[in-house]
Amino acid sequence: MKAIITVIGKDTVGILAKVSDACAKANVNIVEVTQSVLQDMFAMIMLVEIDKASLGFDELRESLDRVGETTNTKIHIMHEDIFNSMHKI
Amino acid sequence: MLETKDILETIHMIDNENLDVRTITMGISLLDCLDEDIEKACVKVYDKIMRSAKDLVKTGEDIEKEYGIPIIHKRISVTPIGMVTAPCQSKNPVRFAHALDKAAKELGVNFIGGYSALVQKGFASGDYALIESIPQALSETDFVCSSVNIGSTKAGINMDAVRMMGKTVKAAAVATADRNCIGAAKLVVFCNAPEDNPFMAGAFHGVGEADTVINVGVSGPGVVRAALAKNGEGKDITEIADMVKKTAFKITRMGQLVAKEASRRLCVPFGIVDLSLAPTPAVGDSVAYILEEMGLESCGCHGTTAALALLNDAVKKGGVMASSHVGGLSGAFIPVSEDAGMIAAAKSGSLDITKLEAMTAVCSVGLDMIVVPGDITPETISAIIADEAAIGMVNTKTTAVRLIPAIGKKAGEMLEFGGLLGAGPVMPVRAGSPAVFINRGGRIPAPLQALKN
Repeated sequence: MKAIITVIGKDTVGILAKVSDACAKANVNIVEVTQSVLQDMFAMIMLVEIDKASLGFDELRESLDRVGETTNTKIHIMHEDIFNSMHKI
Repeated sequence: MLETKDILETIHMIDNENLDVRTITMGISLLDCLDEDIEKACVKVYDKIMRSAKDLVKTGEDIEKEYGIPIIHKRISVTPIGMVTAPCQSKNPVRFAHALDKAAKELGVNFIGGYSALVQKGFASGDYALIESIPQALSETDFVCSSVNIGSTKAGINMDAVRMMGKTVKAAAVATADRNCIGAAKLVVFCNAPEDNPFMAGAFHGVGEADTVINVGVSGPGVVRAALAKNGEGKDITEIADMVKKTAFKITRMGQLVAKEASRRLCVPFGIVDLSLAPTPAVGDSVAYILEEMGLESCGCHGTTAALALLNDAVKKGGVMASSHVGGLSGAFIPVSEDAGMIAAAKSGSLDITKLEAMTAVCSVGLDMIVVPGDITPETISAIIADEAAIGMVNTKTTAVRLIPAIGKKAGEMLEFGGLLGAGPVMPVRAGSPAVFINRGGRIPAPLQALKN
């Protein structure tokens, strides 16, 4: 299944690296990344493949939460379907 | 790939605008639990609920985590206990309430509804005893919710039941006077009660339903208000209605997804999505604030009924395409104590019970969570119920009454429940006595609207 990781917060050095690192450690494949910086607010969206992840969904979320704490950003991981159902007919 | 702005919009709705799924409610039929021996029947009821809903809470929590959508409540509704208790002549049905409460506590659900009777045309065996036991049942249990349907467009209004419910509401408040009269907050009197409603306190599992079913109630007044605040300035009413529709569509799609997923994981058929704007006392999550965002100085001022009619209709139009099966109450809720904007309007005097009554003609429920003075007479409560039921009967819509007589308190004081039930100012009622009218009993005949065949 595919999930969407969103990272929102103040832009600092190494956010992308730290999130990618957490994904790699959990064997989560990053399919697509988009990011934008508006003034100094950073918003990154990653489409990831988690079928072969070594961590359960809960543990993966906790690991991303920890990255969020160290980078002072808010990180969500949510099933892709929630966005598809809300924004596509 | 999805658009960045869409993804961020969803995240923003959840983080800042109180977007949530209010409830996943599992309906469970108890028709196979009937027994002449009330003890045996209670064991069957308990066992069936425990068996059917054993994974409900965990499944709800799993979906919540994976999809990142808060699911506030997991609830159960059952066949009206008035029917289940029918074979147990002369036994106190309150034992069923204890069995329901025990199951709810062990399963970890938030409420269990269905301590109910459907008496719109008359009392069947079991109904009378059940209604008499409601105050005791609500005072001795924590999670059991009760409802009684006293009228319908097809049947008219059972005025004997209306008279009885005035006494029952008051007695439920008196029996729980030491706990902020919470008993009355768990009791709803309906006209045209829906049989698949996932919302409490009025949820029960109708007899035409499948053995078990999953119904989902969505919420999201905060999201609608924020959409109007962001884009509504200078727009005309047609555009406002369109904005509400689009937002309701998104909210409902989320509810539909959660409902389908819960149904698949629990191997229980999907019933309906209830497209309701259900407020909470949280700041911003208010239906009254939506009306004020449309341009009313204070909810309750002239124009409120029109604004609410527009909102209620737009919510349905937006939601109906987003879900494969729509049911329950579906519309905007206006529970006073559960809505920060309604509380403020009632406190300031802008919103009174007569304006609320008018609003109930165009919204999805009725006089909901309204705190009234503790010295209100049972006949006055009955008369308020009759007025609401008449609005529902004639307009072929659901209306409900959930009044809380604040024992020992007078108009202007506050009654605090806490949690989702909130707090409400005691609202004055009219002084004239309807006692003779109410004590006549009998039935209000079904209106011409019933004769559609």
